[in-house]
Amino acid sequence: MAADVRLFSAPFEPGLEVDRFAAANPDAGGIAAFIGKVRPSGGVEALELTHYEPLTLPGMEALAREVESRWDVSGVLILHRSGLMEPGEPIVLVAAAARHRRDAIEAVDFAMDHLKSDSWFWKREKRADGWHWIEPREQDFADLERWN
Amino acid sequence: MSLKLVFLGRLADAAQAPERAVETVPSIASLLAGLEPDLSAMLGAEKIKIAVNGKIVVDRAVFTLRDGDEVAFLPPVSGG
Repeated sequence: MAADVRLFSAPFEPGLEVDRFAAANPDAGGIAAFIGKVRPSGGVEALELTHYEPLTLPGMEALAREVESRWDVSGVLILHRSGLMEPGEPIVLVAAAARHRRDAIEAVDFAMDHLKSDSWFWKREKRADGWHWIEPREQDFADLERWN
Repeated sequence: MSLKLVFLGRLADAAQAPERAVETVPSIASLLAGLEPDLSAMLGAEKIKIAVNGKIVVDRAVFTLRDGDEVAFLPPVSGG
């Protein structure tokens, strides 16, 4: 199947989405999935993700195509939230279906590193003293270097 | 007629709105020159990317703006 890439402005159900993805890839030998959530600790009361329609989804679609060109996967799923989220809510779901596990696991790892560092999202956190914009982290760029 | 400016991330705070309409000008330099000095300096920084109608501008010095263009100012992303 083709890559399934979607942007949600309201909560989604990762479990349901993984089940659907598995059903859509019946010939895969394995499926790897990563679900990222708003961290429930650390004093964050809410998280807001802003995106820019003309760039964000096309960028995620280009990432899915790159995953498909680098690994032997039969399907790629990239789902991402935008808008206002509470601690514990899912932000992102990335899954890959492949004949062999290593392709699926590495495809998900690669997609996550790229989503974290070079996808078109801007993030701010609400803490006790108000809203704070989140700057890019050095660790995210270091994670990206792993694939070069 | 006008240009539609879009400010992403913290730039929306600096511009005091996520969007703004301005009179059409022919270049990005003249667009920046027409804004408040603080905002203009912030938007002109090299790390701020500019997209016109959804495409990243590669060479902002020679880019020609047209009536109705959507000009987006994109600070470094904080990641998904």
